[in-house]
Amino acid sequence: MNSVLKIILQRLALGLLTLFIVSIVIFTAVNMLPGDFAQAILGQSATPEAVEAIRKDLGLDKGPVTRYFEWLGGALRGDLGNSFAQANFASFVGDDSGVRTSVAQQIAPRFANTMFLAGVTAAIAVPFAVTLGILAALYRNSVFDRVANISTLTSISSPEFFMAYVLILFLAVLNPILPSLSNIYDGMSFGERLEKTLLPALTLTLVVTAHMMRMTRAAIINLLASPYIEMARLKGIKPMRVIVRHALPNALAPIINVIALNLAYLITGVVVVEVVFVYPGIGQLFVDSVKIRDIPVVQACCLIFAAAYILLNLLADILSILSNPRLRHPK
Amino acid sequence: MSGLATIVVALVAIGIVAWVGRFAMQKISGNAPKFRDMPFAVAFGYVLAAVLVALGVWYFFQPKANEQGIQNAGVIFFRWAVQGVLIGMVAAWIFRFLGRMVGTSGSRKLFRQMPLTASFGILVIVVYAVLAIFAGLIAPHGQETVFAQANVVPGGNPALGGNPDFPLGTDQIGRDILSRLIYGAQNTVGIAFATTLIAFFIGGTLGFLAATLQGWLDQVLSRAVDVLMAIPSLIFSLLLITVASAWVSGFGLTIAMVLIIAVIDSTRVFRLARAVGMNIVVMDYIEAAKLRGEGLGYLIFKEILPNATAPLLAEFGLRFCFVFLTISALSFLGVGIQPPLADWGTMVRDLSAFINYASFAPLAASVPLLAAGAIALLTVAVNFVVDWMLYRSSGLKE
Amino acid sequence: MSDTGELLVEMRGIHMEGRSDETWNPIIKGVDLTLNKGEVLGLIGESGAGKSTLGLAAMGFTRDGVRISQGSVMFDGIDLLAASADQKRALLGKRIAYVAQSAAASFNPAHKLIDQHSEAPVQHGVMSRTESEQDGMELYRKLRLPNPEQIGFRYPHQVSGGQLQRAMTAMAMSCRPDLIIFDEPTTALDVTTQIEVLASIRDIVEQFGTAAIYITHDLAVVAQMADRIKVLLKGDEVEEAETREMLSNPQQDYTKSLWAVREFQRPQKPAVLTDATPVISVQGVTAAYGKVDVLHDVSFDIHEGRTVAVVGESGSGKSTTARCITGLLPPRLGQIELDGQVLPLDYRKRNKDQLRQVQMIYQMADTALNPRTRIGDIIGRPVQFYGGLTGKDKRKRVEELLDQIELPAAQYFDRLPSELSGGQKQRIGIARALAAEPKFIICDEVTSALDQLVAEGILRLLARLQDDLKLSYMFITHDLATVRSIADEVVVMKDGVVVEQGPKTDMFKPPHHAYTDLLLSSVPEMDPDWLTNLLTERGVDNIGDAAVDKMT
Repeated sequence: MNSVLKIILQRLALGLLTLFIVSIVIFTAVNMLPGDFAQAILGQSATPEAVEAIRKDLGLDKGPVTRYFEWLGGALRGDLGNSFAQANFASFVGDDSGVRTSVAQQIAPRFANTMFLAGVTAAIAVPFAVTLGILAALYRNSVFDRVANISTLTSISSPEFFMAYVLILFLAVLNPILPSLSNIYDGMSFGERLEKTLLPALTLTLVVTAHMMRMTRAAIINLLASPYIEMARLKGIKPMRVIVRHALPNALAPIINVIALNLAYLITGVVVVEVVFVYPGIGQLFVDSVKIRDIPVVQACCLIFAAAYILLNLLADILSILSNPRLRHPK
Repeated sequence: MSGLATIVVALVAIGIVAWVGRFAMQKISGNAPKFRDMPFAVAFGYVLAAVLVALGVWYFFQPKANEQGIQNAGVIFFRWAVQGVLIGMVAAWIFRFLGRMVGTSGSRKLFRQMPLTASFGILVIVVYAVLAIFAGLIAPHGQETVFAQANVVPGGNPALGGNPDFPLGTDQIGRDILSRLIYGAQNTVGIAFATTLIAFFIGGTLGFLAATLQGWLDQVLSRAVDVLMAIPSLIFSLLLITVASAWVSGFGLTIAMVLIIAVIDSTRVFRLARAVGMNIVVMDYIEAAKLRGEGLGYLIFKEILPNATAPLLAEFGLRFCFVFLTISALSFLGVGIQPPLADWGTMVRDLSAFINYASFAPLAASVPLLAAGAIALLTVAVNFVVDWMLYRSSGLKE
Repeated sequence: MSDTGELLVEMRGIHMEGRSDETWNPIIKGVDLTLNKGEVLGLIGESGAGKSTLGLAAMGFTRDGVRISQGSVMFDGIDLLAASADQKRALLGKRIAYVAQSAAASFNPAHKLIDQHSEAPVQHGVMSRTESEQDGMELYRKLRLPNPEQIGFRYPHQVSGGQLQRAMTAMAMSCRPDLIIFDEPTTALDVTTQIEVLASIRDIVEQFGTAAIYITHDLAVVAQMADRIKVLLKGDEVEEAETREMLSNPQQDYTKSLWAVREFQRPQKPAVLTDATPVISVQGVTAAYGKVDVLHDVSFDIHEGRTVAVVGESGSGKSTTARCITGLLPPRLGQIELDGQVLPLDYRKRNKDQLRQVQMIYQMADTALNPRTRIGDIIGRPVQFYGGLTGKDKRKRVEELLDQIELPAAQYFDRLPSELSGGQKQRIGIARALAAEPKFIICDEVTSALDQLVAEGILRLLARLQDDLKLSYMFITHDLATVRSIADEVVVMKDGVVVEQGPKTDMFKPPHHAYTDLLLSSVPEMDPDWLTNLLTERGVDNIGDAAVDKMT
């Protein structure tokens, strides 16, 4: 048991180190931006005093290393700085009507929305994909398997927005079952929220399920060829028991990996899908901020996406270590 | 809820039919092994498939419009989809048939073993390549030419608001959609192809070097790639494009995007090239060459590379799809290929509002789907071919 | 061995086919097989003879992509080919059991041994779980496994290969079947371990009067185990007879040639002059992988025109010694001399001529030849690299070399390795080594992946080349029969240490070092009484791993 703990701690440390380096990469990339933000924000007409005030407010007068650690320290406390959005700097040009919103305030509700979308997707996709994958492996080379192969390949190959529009076409426009826009706001009931989220979730499900199903199928087929499965069959064990007792415990590690990988993939997919459905999530915020070059928001979103990605991969790593009997029961 | 109830009742009915049907077939066939050893789940699957096919056929032959003359757009789209699939299958079959007739004995053998999906894939790739290379000759109009008539309905039927000069209509500012689709093949596919080539050049070179030399070079490169791969690639490219957009715009930004995606994607190529290289480097023939005193160049080009072409080629197909989809997604988000170049992702974004007219103007609604479908069709085609290549190479190993 | 004369298995006119490249190719072409209750049938043949496929067919089982196209299989009056899946399943594990070649791969890594042991009895309703576990411990004791009470509660990866193979035999016995199929159960084991497993399998099969089909490619092994032997060749039956009859009086040419293999033996060469400079001299070499020493102070000499066989089991350090000589693994201490000159330890520091003098032939010809390079180029490269020959001269030299290895140049020059058989590939490997015109060649298990007849041809070729070209060989092998046929001197290694060395004639005569003695005595001989005699002579506790443990 001791060695497992050691390996897990190593992985954890490695994950944190990666996250740390990634944060440096993100920060450096953003700080490669030339020119002066302050000038860019206020335009050519700004007074030098106003520009200087903003520079100070943003901490642009300090060195990059200091700024990095201030940013990182803030991020660890949940303080991601202030958005560059125009309204935030109204006070500097003599207009006090605007209310300053911090990046954290802006991101928090949208992050919750995105998590909700990802959660609904995972809840539909994971059981569906794993079941289909096991069935395809069990009846491999049958008509079912071939149809599944062709349709999952097609689904993987299609861009998310194609899937999204096809679903809108059939489920929102031609047969108005679900709303095509996901205008989610506070105080909605869970049912309403679910209804508005269903179409983007279905789009993501289609893409992710195909991936997960193919990889589950491959993992199990890989396993079914192993001598101990043949041995189990030669002991006269029923097919269902062969799968459940002999194949599944060993397929756990690859399947967990597949699931984590695809949940991580959701993070990328969510950006496009949120834009299509105007879903108020972090992906949309990210794209909007990219367009107006709102650096603190871009930086923060990037860090959140990367952190989620790294954590999911780390989780998969640790779970597959735990499911390996060779590591759980050392010699 | 009544919809759900209907489905449950239908499933139960299918289950009963399956059980009875299996029992009947056992009796009729005198307990033939096929029916005797058939699990219930398989029988259920057969009946379910039969029901679905029957439903599809029934729906296909529904009238296109009801008595009041209102179009049934669902049926129209369904017919288009089914007809499209059938035409694709027939074309693929004919293509494969021709491939079996002409060409060298090697290529004929290849076509003989080819499944329909792969020949469909190759056919589509060939068509796209022709379109991309000869876009200037094939397209009826220029990609940037703006005509006076904006929002012309596709179909070319003047009675419905179309114009025979613009078979697929024009967009909001009056550019010919057909021409832009054809030029899109040149721009979108060409740019994705170039990006993939650059990614392969960078990733492949470094990967093989790391595998052959090992030691500190391998360590440094591998750790750097680990870090870069820890950031989701679409997010990372969005971030870097934001940075790049501060320096360059328009065509320059497109070039910047190509380089950014190539570098990000080269990390994946590096991983594969290194793994493939590692598998080859442990072979005894490499040891024999090393002990003979051969240099690095001979080892990489004469001993390793010839044995790595099959997996690298398959990976090239997959990476191309990935790059192509990433670029399309970026364009769709408005930060990819910049105007005035015609590009499918941008077209989908610009034309997406037409989807909402689907119930009364199916033709107009089909245009954004056509652009998105053009993207999907190529990636599907490449994936079909790669899938077959991987299947072949895994089968040949035994 | 307790044949009752009552028929148990009857296979008639079995034709089997395997699917490859979208067509069905014949694997078994009409074989009959009968087995009485309590009888042991040995099924032998080279790789690809179809013996495993036939063995599985006796259970009514075919692997994916294989089918029985004709014939019938009757097991105790039940038609297995007409039986339903449920009927067959009720027989498998309960009345027919299987012991696979690789026990390490055939035990499920996720479950404890005893849980896998009791699964079949519980599922078939033969015994309760506790009964079966008790019975399992009893079987483990009978099979002479250490700690029979506890070993079952371990996971497969915690138990050694030889022990796993015995645990698998116990598992096959768990329902007291009427028939067990043994599919090469000792092929993957070292000789000293093999003998232990053989002894316990034979013992338990005899005790319970179980009928068995014993599949192997090793004649000497099957001679110990079987009452009757059936010889297969490429899916056809060659002949079948009682074991003693078959050994003393084979009828068919193919069988006779199999028997004759081990008779190739070279005459002993005169002793080396004491003042002669050895071609290769390994002096006090200690080498490590990482921080762990795997070789300890290894020294031996190899003289011109002589063959030194380095013998030992897996992990004894024989291949590591070769890596030290070639310079792939620079030793930590000690040095290597070539013709009295000290060689740089790292191969990268050796000059072209030094590299040329030391050549290597590998065990797996498949991985030793670049699959994308034509034969002419594989052999041509060293000719050009060392000899500087190009164009016509190079081609002529390559043709000469192909001639030397007895392959017609015109036919093979433009082929790819995949178009050659295993033995031909090994010959190309030899030609590539010869192309460098070396003094010294390391042969690393060059015959162990080959069928016996082919291996024999390779050994004869190597012997002839040595005489013609005055070559020196270092012959790494675990097979003592190979040592007997080709070696002049023998070095015995164990755990990275040279245990004993000397001329071949001395080595095969007592007195020996205890380990050499064990190694020599563990090699099965073509005498059906060999195992029985050995057991009476040495006792069950003085063979195999038990004896090795006693030594240290």
